[in-house]
Amino acid sequence: MPSYVARQRKSTVVMALCLVATLIGVAWLFLILFSLLWNGLPGLNLTTFTEMTPPPGSTSGGLLNAIYGSLIMTIFGVAIGAPIGILAGTYLAEYGRHSKMTPVIRFINDILLSAPSIIIGLFVYGAVVVPMRSFSAVAGSIALAVIVIPVVVRTTEDMLLLVPNTLREAASALGLPRSYVIQKVAYRAARAGLITGVLLAVARVGGETAPLLFTVLSNQFWSVNLLKPMANLPVTINNFINNPDANWKHLAWTGALLITVAVLSLNISARIFGASKDGQ
Amino acid sequence: MLEKITVKDLKFFYGANMALKGINIPLYANKVTAFIGPSGCGKSTLLRVLNRMYDLYPGQHAEGQILFDGRNILDPGEDLNLLRARIGMVFQKPTPFPMTIYDNISFGLKLYENLSKSELDGRVEDALKRAALWTEVKDKLGANGLSLSGGQQQRLCIARTVAIKPEVILFDEPCSALDPISTAKIEELIDELKHEYTIAIVTHNMQQAARVSEHTAFMYLGDLVEFDETSKIFTSPSDPRTQDYITGRFG
Repeated sequence: MPSYVARQRKSTVVMALCLVATLIGVAWLFLILFSLLWNGLPGLNLTTFTEMTPPPGSTSGGLLNAIYGSLIMTIFGVAIGAPIGILAGTYLAEYGRHSKMTPVIRFINDILLSAPSIIIGLFVYGAVVVPMRSFSAVAGSIALAVIVIPVVVRTTEDMLLLVPNTLREAASALGLPRSYVIQKVAYRAARAGLITGVLLAVARVGGETAPLLFTVLSNQFWSVNLLKPMANLPVTINNFINNPDANWKHLAWTGALLITVAVLSLNISARIFGASKDGQ
Repeated sequence: MLEKITVKDLKFFYGANMALKGINIPLYANKVTAFIGPSGCGKSTLLRVLNRMYDLYPGQHAEGQILFDGRNILDPGEDLNLLRARIGMVFQKPTPFPMTIYDNISFGLKLYENLSKSELDGRVEDALKRAALWTEVKDKLGANGLSLSGGQQQRLCIARTVAIKPEVILFDEPCSALDPISTAKIEELIDELKHEYTIAIVTHNMQQAARVSEHTAFMYLGDLVEFDETSKIFTSPSDPRTQDYITGRFG
C-alpha cells in the first residue's frame, strides 16, 4: 500500500522535527545553567556569604548585604501580597462566583499579571518613593507585593475552582455557615495548590530587577534600615556587570548563580509539594 | 400518622423554567417516603427544596409553603444553618471531607455543641455505630476519610449526618454509585434509622423503593402524579401513568 508507506514516512519526518525543536528549546536552559555555573561557581565560596559588597579595585568581598536585602524584601513583599491575593482569589471563586463583576476583575487581574515590571517600579516610585523623599526597602517590598498579588489571585482562584461543588454542598447540608465551608473545607481541599501558588510567586519576585531599580536603589554597605536604600542581589548584579572591574564581574556572576539556584529550587519544591500532598 | 413535613402548593423555578408545578405532599414522622419517577421529573429538585439547598445558587427560587413542625421553612427569615442541622442530607456521590475519619464526624459536632474530648469521642463512636461502620474503622480513626472504599465512604457520610442528631434525613439516590453489597448494607441501615428519624429517599431503582419505603410518591414532569402506600402503588396504582412507569413502559 504505497499511500500508507508515504504517510508513515511523513509521520517519522514530522516526529523527528518535533524532537529536534524540543531539544533546541530545552537546550537553552542547559546553556544558561552551564554558563552560570562556569562563570559563577569559581567565585562561590564562604566569603560570598560573609563579606559585604566591596568597592571597585579590591580583590575580595562578598554579597552578604545584597543577599540579606533580597531576602528581607522578598519576605515582606510576599507577606503583604500573598494574603491580599488569597483573599481576592477566594472572593472570585467563592462569594463572587455568580457575580457580573467577577469576569471583569479576573480580566483586570490578568492584565496586571502581565504588566511590565518596570512600569510597576515607576508607579511605586511615584506613589511611595516621592512622598517619602527617599528610596527605601519599604518601597521595594511594596513593588514586589504588587507583582505577587495577581499571581496569587490567579492560582488561588484556579485551585479553589477545582474543588468539587459537591464537597461544599455536603458541608452546607450539615448546617455549616458559608465562612466555615470555605475555611475548613474548600481551603483544606485546595491547600496544596494554594501553597504551590505562593511558592511560585516567591520564585517570580526573587529575581525581579526593574521594580527594585526605582524603588530601593541599592546600597554599597550593610543596612537594615527599611526606610533607606537597601542592597539587593538583582540591582547589585546590574551595577557590577556594567563596570570593567574584574572582581565585581566575578561577584555579579556568582550573584546570578545564587538567584538562579534559589528560584530553580523554589520552583522544583513547589511542584514536588503540589504533586505529593494529595494521596487522593 | 403524624406529618413531620407538609409541602403545600410548592412551585420551584430554575430561572424562568418551572421545574415543580404545585406539589402537595406530606412526609410522615418515623416513616420512609420514597420518590420515584423518570429522569428530570423533579424528585431531586423537590428533595433539595426541603433543606433549602437551592439557596446556595442565585436564580433558583421557590414559592409556596413547606411546614416543618408547623413552621414555614420557605420564610425568608428562616435560619438556614439551623434548618440544615435539623434536616440532614446524604448525596449521590460519597463526599468525605479531606480530613481524618474522626474529624469528618466531629467537624459538625464541634460547631454546634461544646463537648469535652471524651464526650466527643463518645458521640463519634455512637454515630459510626449507627452507620454500621464502627467495627470496620475503629482501629483507624486517624486515617484519611478518602482511603475508605465507596460503600464505606457513603456510610461515613451517613454517620456524619446522624452525628449532629437531625430529625429528618434526606437521601438523594444514595446507592446509585455503589455495588450491590454496599447497597444492601445501606438499605438495612435506612430500615434501622427510620425508628429515630423521618426519612425521604429519591431513587431510580423501583425495587429499592418497594423494599425500603412505606409510602411512595411517583413524579412526572414536575407534577406529583400519585402518592400512596408503597404496597398499593406497586400492586394497584390508580393513575395510568404510574402503571406505565412501574411496568417499564417508559422511564
